[in-house]
Amino acid sequence: MTAMKQTILRTDQLQAFYVLDMQGAQKIVKAVNNVEMRIYENEIYGIAGESGCGKTTLLKTLFNDIVPPLRLVGGKIYYRIGSEEVDVTTLSPEEKRKLRMEYISYIPQGSMSVFNPVLKLKETYEDFVRSHVSGQSREAIFELAYKQILTLGLPRNILEVYPHQLSGGMRQRVTIALASLLQPRIMIGDEPTTALDVVVQRGVIQMLKDIQQNLQNTIILVTHDMGVHANIADRIGIMYAGKIVEEGTTGQIFSRPQHPYTRFLIDSLPRFGDKNMRSSVPGSPPSLADLPTGCPFHPRCPHAQDICTRQMPDFSHIDENHKVACWFVGEGHHGQVA
Amino acid sequence: MDRLLEVNQLTKRYAQGNVLARIVITAVDNISFDIKPAEIFTLAGESGCGKTTTARMVLGFEEATSGTILHNGKPHTRKEKVWITEGVQAIFQDPFSTFNPLRTVDSYFHETVQNYRLARRKEEAIALIDQKLRLVGLTYQEFAGKYPNEFSGGQLQRISIARALVTDPRLIIADEPVSMVDASLRMSIVNLFKKLRDELGVSILYITHDLATAYYVSDRIAIMFRGNIVEMGPVEQVLMNPRHPYSRLLRDSIPQADPRLRWRDTVTLAELEQEEYLRKGCKFAGRCPKVMEICKRDVPADIVIDDVLVKCHLYNESGGGS
Repeated sequence: MTAMKQTILRTDQLQAFYVLDMQGAQKIVKAVNNVEMRIYENEIYGIAGESGCGKTTLLKTLFNDIVPPLRLVGGKIYYRIGSEEVDVTTLSPEEKRKLRMEYISYIPQGSMSVFNPVLKLKETYEDFVRSHVSGQSREAIFELAYKQILTLGLPRNILEVYPHQLSGGMRQRVTIALASLLQPRIMIGDEPTTALDVVVQRGVIQMLKDIQQNLQNTIILVTHDMGVHANIADRIGIMYAGKIVEEGTTGQIFSRPQHPYTRFLIDSLPRFGDKNMRSSVPGSPPSLADLPTGCPFHPRCPHAQDICTRQMPDFSHIDENHKVACWFVGEGHHGQVA
Repeated sequence: MDRLLEVNQLTKRYAQGNVLARIVITAVDNISFDIKPAEIFTLAGESGCGKTTTARMVLGFEEATSGTILHNGKPHTRKEKVWITEGVQAIFQDPFSTFNPLRTVDSYFHETVQNYRLARRKEEAIALIDQKLRLVGLTYQEFAGKYPNEFSGGQLQRISIARALVTDPRLIIADEPVSMVDASLRMSIVNLFKKLRDELGVSILYITHDLATAYYVSDRIAIMFRGNIVEMGPVEQVLMNPRHPYSRLLRDSIPQADPRLRWRDTVTLAELEQEEYLRKGCKFAGRCPKVMEICKRDVPADIVIDDVLVKCHLYNESGGGS
């Protein structure tokens, strides 16, 4: 099914490291380490993993927002704009700015600091539209904004208030409305539902789904909550220590997880109606500044063997649309280790 | 003694605004519950439901507007805080702000030992601390002399549990102890609660918005909404067969880690939070799918059906739903 889909965003051996100068000694944090991904048109792609695995840095890199101390060390990022594939890492700052919000937009984690606290929301809206669309009259801008606000089921007077007058959930919904106002082809969300209460979270997820259905665009969503992924994502990539270690459709990831780390992630979740003993993933995530050799999961992996400590396994197909980086599963000499 | 903690008709009101425009918010509205020895009792609800205010009153951080809190049958007020803290210890949400980043973590343990005069010599203190750390899966060796930034969030949260255990408390109040910890490491914290209950007979007041871990770990649960306990009883009954429409909504809104259980229907979100607090009658009436005329007028009574307390007009004294 997904094989028929057009790729909209593609990375090639992407490496983005934080290069820190600690009193003369260089410290390199390998936050995005050889990531290869293809994200299709008209899908919701979820990225899951523990905190400190590089999820947020990967999103920043995909958004092409690479500022020091983060550096693009290797690899390329391609967006498909129209019928052309563009390597966005080579674009000028002005060209990058033009793509933002119109072609690719960013939904930050809900917080007080997203909007200017001394401006009414309509002024923020106006600033936002003016900086991207030239020659629009004030009336045209608000007509666009109100139309969208009503479609999304938000209260009509919402533009007349200051950000602090809104509850966290409402603020987050306005943030999403603004990020989708110019109908971007790709929307990137960094834990957009995490700080919210469960009922509100459900409302926000509903809204994201509705927007995606209407615009038929792509949403890339980072969250550590596997329950959210199960509810919204079409495909999921599991990230560990700066790498994608497993990728598949949501059904494949939840029903047939292959990487030992993915299996731990899913088995550690409590479920209603099941009081059986569950345990956490053993150990704790490695420091990205001091990665273990070989497969980065080997110090926590109960199946680790000699080869795992020496060499990183390839990211290989085990099924259509299902890829894993583990010596015990996959094609060729991978599966033979087991 | 079958009640370690007894909370009776506890109320807390806050005044908001200035002299000219004053509104009184009832953060906790006449709630009663008790905790038995060796029991994990959960207070669950969304932010602003009053669960943290309740915990702060039980800990003596805040004075109740009315109502009583009995610990081992004795009343406590804020002035008698000392005896409270010996038998009741607390764990908080953010393990990184629990500890001062410029102090070694072990200094907190030594301080607690000194404050309560639990050891006479340093070796005794270390032996005691080591014993508590082993309960949470750490040792004195691997933690002595280290600063908070040298531990992960999950480890620090386990360390703060060990710190709470130093005084041999009978009750631990845990306010959102797992919400800042990665989902993959949460089980190590809640499994620890089970172990403390089963092996040491410690009771835990577990305050959380995460109903999935609450289901996994607790014996009894109370669901709070805008200051009221709307449903309370054995966890199996309350979460597997919720009676109050709000409990049902809350339970059904937890995203299940199973793509076959995706939501099919849509939800209505709250109007302004304040309006719900000030609402007459049932505070959930504005969003309730089963709302009736009486709900907008009268506050529902607490009805007990098969060990479960429900605060809803759908149910009547005879026990049946209507």
